[in-house]
Amino acid sequence: MTYSHNNEWAVEARGLVKTFGDNRAVDGVDLNVRAGSIYGVLGPNGAGKTTTIRMLATLLRPDAGSARIFGHDVSKESHIVRQLIGVTGQYASVDESLSATENLVIFSRLLGLGREEARRKAAELLEEFGLTEAAKRPLKHFSGGMRRRLDLAASLIAQPPLIFLDEPTTGLDPRTRAQMWDTIRRLVKTGSTVLLTTQYLDEADQLADRIAVIDRGHVVAEGTVDELKASVGNSSLHLRVQNPEHIEEARRTIERVLRVASSVSSEARTITAPMADADAVTDLLIALRGQGIGLEEMSVQKPTLDEVFLTITGHPAEDRSSRESAESNPKKVASL
Amino acid sequence: MTNATMKTGIVRRSPLKKRTSFRQTVRNSLTMAYRGLLKIRRTPEQLFDVTLQPIIFTLMFTYIFGGAISGDVQSYLPVIIPGILVQTVIATSIVTGVQLREDMDKGVFDRFKSLPIARIAPLAGALLADTIRYALATVLTFSMGYMMGLRPEGGLGNVALAGVLVIACSWAVSWIFAFFGVIARTAASVSGISMLILFPLTFLSNAFVPVETLPNWLQWFVNINPISHLVSAVRDLVNEGTVGQDLVISLAGAAVIVAIFAPITVRAYMRRT
Repeated sequence: MTYSHNNEWAVEARGLVKTFGDNRAVDGVDLNVRAGSIYGVLGPNGAGKTTTIRMLATLLRPDAGSARIFGHDVSKESHIVRQLIGVTGQYASVDESLSATENLVIFSRLLGLGREEARRKAAELLEEFGLTEAAKRPLKHFSGGMRRRLDLAASLIAQPPLIFLDEPTTGLDPRTRAQMWDTIRRLVKTGSTVLLTTQYLDEADQLADRIAVIDRGHVVAEGTVDELKASVGNSSLHLRVQNPEHIEEARRTIERVLRVASSVSSEARTITAPMADADAVTDLLIALRGQGIGLEEMSVQKPTLDEVFLTITGHPAEDRSSRESAESNPKKVASL
Repeated sequence: MTNATMKTGIVRRSPLKKRTSFRQTVRNSLTMAYRGLLKIRRTPEQLFDVTLQPIIFTLMFTYIFGGAISGDVQSYLPVIIPGILVQTVIATSIVTGVQLREDMDKGVFDRFKSLPIARIAPLAGALLADTIRYALATVLTFSMGYMMGLRPEGGLGNVALAGVLVIACSWAVSWIFAFFGVIARTAASVSGISMLILFPLTFLSNAFVPVETLPNWLQWFVNINPISHLVSAVRDLVNEGTVGQDLVISLAGAAVIVAIFAPITVRAYMRRT
C-alpha cells in the first residue's frame, strides 16, 4: 500500500443515530477502528449492523452523530471518503445481468482505469478469486459463494485502505466460508483495514482483533476477542436435571460453586452456565450429588451468540424482525 | 495512470479529490451508458418492444385505417408512418423510467453510490444508452414503411433528419419518465403512471386521423398537443422535405420539457441516493 494515511484510526464514529419511522435502528453508536486491523461488529439480525455500515460508507446520512474515515468526515467530505473505502454489501452489489468480467471492467472504468488496464485488472482479480472459468457466464448462474467472491473482488479494484464487509459469509457453506476467511486475512496482510459484521461469534473469533457487540442500535460491549470471551466463559455448561422441581436449587448451587449467573430454558429443563474453569465443574457435580439432585444429561458447549448476549445484555438475543412486527402494531407501541 | 501506479497495480489518485471534475462526470456517464448497452446485449428480449411494436403497429394501423381514412393503403402511408413513428418512439421512452427504478432498487446501485464517481453518472448513462432504443425503433418504422410502399418525397437526407428530430424529442420526453422512475416506489407504478399520460397524448393528436374529422372541442386539444406538432414536422420533412413552424414548436417543446424535468429529476435523484 503506497497510500500513507497520517491517521492511526481508520474509523472514528461518535454517537451515530439513524431512525426509520419510529424505529431507532442505530441509537448512539461509537466505534474506533485502528488502521491495519480487522474489526468485527457482532449482533443478531436487525441489531443495526447494516445501518451502521451504510452510514460509515456514505450510503446513508446519519440523523445525528458524526463519523470520520481516516480523519475525513463522512457527511462533509463524502467524495474523499469514497476514495478510501470499498463496500461489500449483505446482498451482492454486482450487476446480475452482466458477466463477471463485464462487472469488474465497468467498476474499473468508473474508477478511472483505461480500457486495457481495466481488462487486465478484471482478469487478475478473477484469477485471484478463482472465478476465471466462470468469467464469461452471466451471474444468474453463479452460486452464492461465487457471487460473494465477485462482490469482494469488485471492492478491491482500487485497493482501498478500508474495506467494509457486511455479513460476508452469511448463507455460505462451511468450505466456502473458510475460503472467505482466508481471503479476508490476506487482505489485512496487504495493509488494508477491514470492518466486518457478523452474526456468528466463531467468525468474529476467527478473524477479528477487536469486537463490538451491538444490540438494538447500541454498542453493549467492546474489546478484544479474549476480553469478550472471558466475560462469557470459553465454553458453557448445559445441565438437565431429572426432577424439574430441582431446577431452582440446582441454579443456586451453580451460582455458589461456579460463582456465575445461570439461565434456564423451560421447555428443555436445561440450565446453562458459563464455564470459565473446567476444574470447578468437579466441585459442582459433587455438590449436586450431595444435595441429591439427579442429572439426566450434561454437556459442555462453545458459547453461542445467544449466551454472549445473555451475559452482556441480560436478555436473550432476539430477532429484530419479530420486534419490528410488534412495533408496527400501534396498540403495542402505545403500551410500551 | 502514471507509470508508478501501473507498476504497483494500485489505482490511487493522489492527492484525494474533493469533488468530481466535469471531465470525470462525462467519462463516468459514458461508462454507465456502456453498461446500459452491455445490458441490452445480454438481455436482447428487452428490445422486443422497440422491434416488434413498430412492425406490428405499422402493419395493423395502416391496413385497418388506410382504406377508411385515405381511400387506400398507399395514400395513407405518408400520413400514418410519421404518426406511428412518433407514437412508438415516444412510447419507448417510458422504459427509461421503469428500468431506472428497477436499477435503483438493485444491490449494484449501492456500489455505484459508494464509488468515488459523479453522482449523476448512473442517471445520465441510462438516458444516454436509451437513445439506442429510439434509433432502433426509428429505423424499423421507416423500413416497414418503405417495404409497404412509402417513397418519401423529401429524400433520404430529410428522412434521416426527421429520425434525429424524433429521437431528440423522445430523449427530452424520457426526462419526464426518468422523474417518475426516481420518485416512484415500484417499477410497476412507473409504467402505470407513464401509460396514463402517454396514451391520451399520443392518440389525441393528428398521428392517425386528419384533425378536421374530430369534434371541435377535441380539435382544440389536438392542435395544442405538442405531439401533433412533432408529427406535422416529421410529415413536412418526409413528404415534402420542408422545414416549418411545427419543427420549431417541437424543438421548443422538447427544450421546455428538459428545462423543467431535468433539474427536478436530478434534484430528486440526488436526494434519493
